Amino acid sequence: MKKTRTRSKPKAAKKAVRKSAKKAASKTTKKRKKAGARAAKKEIPTHATAEDMARRQREISVAEFFTKNRHLLGFDNPRKALLTTIKEAVDNSLDACEEAGILPEVKVVITPCEEQDRFRVTIEDNGPGILKKQIPNIFAKLLYGSKFHRLKMSRGQQGIGISAAGMYGQLTTGKPTCITSKISRNGSAHHYQLEIDTKKNEPRIIVDETVEWPVQRGTKVEIELEAKYQKGRQSVQEYLEQTAIANPHVSLEFVTPDGETNVYKRVSNELPVQTKEIKPHPYGVELGMLIKMLHDTKARTLQSFLHLDFSRISSRVAGAICEQAKVSERSRSSRIARQQADALFKAINRTKIMNPPTDCLSPIGEELLLAGLKKQIDAAFYTAVTRPPAVYRGNPFQIEAGLAYGGSLSADGLAKVLRYANRVPLLYQQSACAIIRSVLTTDWRKYALQQSAGALPTGPLVIMVHMASVWVPFTSESKEAVAHYPEIIKQVRLALQECGRKLAVFIRRRRKAVESERKKAYIQRYIPHVAIALREMLELSERQEKTIVTQLTDLLERSRS
Amino acid sequence: MSKIASQITQTATSVRSRIQRRTKPTLSFPLRSLSNVKYHPKKGFLQLKGKKKTRTLTVATVKTFAQTLRMMSQAKNLVADDEIMTKREAYYVSKNWDDARFDEQPESDTVLDDIEALFEVNREQLGFIPEEKGGEVAGKLIVIDRAPDTGKPLRIDCTQFGSGAYSIPISVEHLKFETKAKFVLAIETAGMFQRLVKHGYWRKANCILVSMGGVPTRACRRFIRRLTDELKLPAYAFVDCDPYGMFNIYRTLKVGSGNAAHINRYFCVPHARFLGVTPQDIVDYKLPTHPLKEVGIKRARDALKNDPFVQHYKPWQEAIRQLLDMGVRAEQQAFAVHDLNYVIKHYLPEKLAAPKTFLP
Repeated sequence: MKKTRTRSKPKAAKKAVRKSAKKAASKTTKKRKKAGARAAKKEIPTHATAEDMARRQREISVAEFFTKNRHLLGFDNPRKALLTTIKEAVDNSLDACEEAGILPEVKVVITPCEEQDRFRVTIEDNGPGILKKQIPNIFAKLLYGSKFHRLKMSRGQQGIGISAAGMYGQLTTGKPTCITSKISRNGSAHHYQLEIDTKKNEPRIIVDETVEWPVQRGTKVEIELEAKYQKGRQSVQEYLEQTAIANPHVSLEFVTPDGETNVYKRVSNELPVQTKEIKPHPYGVELGMLIKMLHDTKARTLQSFLHLDFSRISSRVAGAICEQAKVSERSRSSRIARQQADALFKAINRTKIMNPPTDCLSPIGEELLLAGLKKQIDAAFYTAVTRPPAVYRGNPFQIEAGLAYGGSLSADGLAKVLRYANRVPLLYQQSACAIIRSVLTTDWRKYALQQSAGALPTGPLVIMVHMASVWVPFTSESKEAVAHYPEIIKQVRLALQECGRKLAVFIRRRRKAVESERKKAYIQRYIPHVAIALREMLELSERQEKTIVTQLTDLLERSRS
Repeated sequence: MSKIASQITQTATSVRSRIQRRTKPTLSFPLRSLSNVKYHPKKGFLQLKGKKKTRTLTVATVKTFAQTLRMMSQAKNLVADDEIMTKREAYYVSKNWDDARFDEQPESDTVLDDIEALFEVNREQLGFIPEEKGGEVAGKLIVIDRAPDTGKPLRIDCTQFGSGAYSIPISVEHLKFETKAKFVLAIETAGMFQRLVKHGYWRKANCILVSMGGVPTRACRRFIRRLTDELKLPAYAFVDCDPYGMFNIYRTLKVGSGNAAHINRYFCVPHARFLGVTPQDIVDYKLPTHPLKEVGIKRARDALKNDPFVQHYKPWQEAIRQLLDMGVRAEQQAFAVHDLNYVIKHYLPEKLAAPKTFLP
């Protein structure tokens, strides 16, 4: 077989060459035809065999994949890398503190290194700390974490972020990630210096020691990386400011490379309500996922599998699904996985099932939204609204929106939009985000604002939108934009409209007040002249002139038209 | 107290009493536009139809209302003191009125026109005089004026100005005339007037030449009117052949304007006739032309549609249509194409041979 193949190969190759030469000739000039013929004579292309190919085929580690595709994780450029690193660390700190019931205190320090464009970033929290044996995996292994496999509202979702930041630092500076963590007041802290073995996606421990750290408990991460520090839009400062708005229970301290210290004080001592982890809702599960679940389940029968592994399926509903799928309730799950999963999948989607529970969501709440906005934005009017929970693809989510208007905000230019997903500010890819789509498709002119077609409204306005969900559908791993699910777009719009109506009342009332004030001043300016003219023409006394002024002022102010 | 002064007092009293009764005071003015005039062929001028606009004192109108009243008060003083004031001076006097002052003169001019219409008098009777020049006269006319200081009669011979001319004063009511001329020739441009004066055309044709310098002022109209009324002279207009010459200059001269309809009866020359340049003259005399401008075409169409004067005279409608069909205009100086003095040697004598053919 091998022989025939080798013989037939050159033939096929020649044919191909001839064909292409012909094609070229028919299409273009003689010159190209000549070139094509020469190529056919000199180089007889050799094709790879399956064996050749097999020799090159091997496993790709996640770490290697992301080394090449670091933009997917938000490390496209030095400026963004700095922000992403801090963001991932702060998100983790806040998640950990909240889960442990601790009011978060986070300190972010950026120190310039000797080399240009290189910074050392330190993020320190007062969280519960991390067990010694977990530290290497959490910080130096991609896709390792507690949050991916559960459906629970949290900032982190994937278990990539912080290890990717460490990996970026390692790639650009060759320095390891330093972690110091302490889990109780008594005892000492662990100090690690870690690198990622990118081939294996495994941690490599450089330093492992016990140190004294004079704090009760907490974690400190230090990463040295190539970065660029800038102020203004999409900066670290902006991220921290926006974090402070959506997390009024957090106390943040930020030391810039210039040595300035910014403090964002806590305005609420209320921790967000701890959310419950939920089981997946049947509507959100795809066929492949269903088959996997059928294989992995510990439940004996199909009915108990449905009842136990999903949310919102009672025994009765499970029975209805089985009947619909024409399978026995008592059949073994693993058997169904092979033969009747498709029927079961269709049956699930044909059966009416209650929406997922919403106690898994922890919105910021209107009161704290207002507190957050008031803390960071100096405006004349604030409003906020929390929508009732809704569902996309079987995942419960909840939208909140807030507006700040007037005051010291700039009156010209477009409104500023602050986007949040699970309390994390989204700074990049605004135009790709479902939230922006909703802001743009809302008719703000109805709410006494100006808006050009297809643009953001104009005016001294900050629009804040928060999406809380057990699974926020981001458009990429770098978590910058929310995907365009119609349910999400609709809920955001409803929230904005509700805020808009309140804003319109405020704006119109204020306009009216200004207008009537203006009119009053106008009347008072010209009425005396009417009286002067009448006095002159009719030779009246000054007292009579004054009477005319009072009478006329009264007359016009009553009418106001 | 003069009639005007008592009219002003009356108006002021009514405003005051309405304020005292807690009702909004109003002033009503005749509407000053072509839509509110009709042409009286017998009387020979455009007359108000009686549409009025009422200005009620509201928040929106309080400023103009105050300004109108203050200006009325000013007029009352002028009348009482037999004083005069130009429109420009009126504008400057308003600078004393603090917030009620006028920012630009057109604003004060409008208020003046309103007051004038309100009392249906001409502004000269209120003591307000125009800034504009009245027009110039040369030819066989003796004007009898009074010396401003002594009041003695002054005889002014309009043949004695050489290459210059006599200026029509702003008010012409007190003038008296003596003449042996046969007709008055009212000329649009100063250039053509100069040519005719230089070559003593008035001697040749035995006439009085008047330079209008565009649309004739009220004084100029009144001056020609008195010549035609008191000396029984015919008046002929010699203007450019374009819609502006026909309907702004000639129409205003003959029947007055829509804007000043309340005073047209004094300021028009109903016996004036249109000597030229007519659209037919362009053809007959092979005059060089320019294409009609967009605004000219619009003005001509507008005249056909809205001008009560044009609507009354068929020959005018035909002339406009002819002009629109030709799509061109010609200036009175265009005769220079044949010879500089062609107009004196040929055009005017030929036209004057048959005054009956002039457009009405």
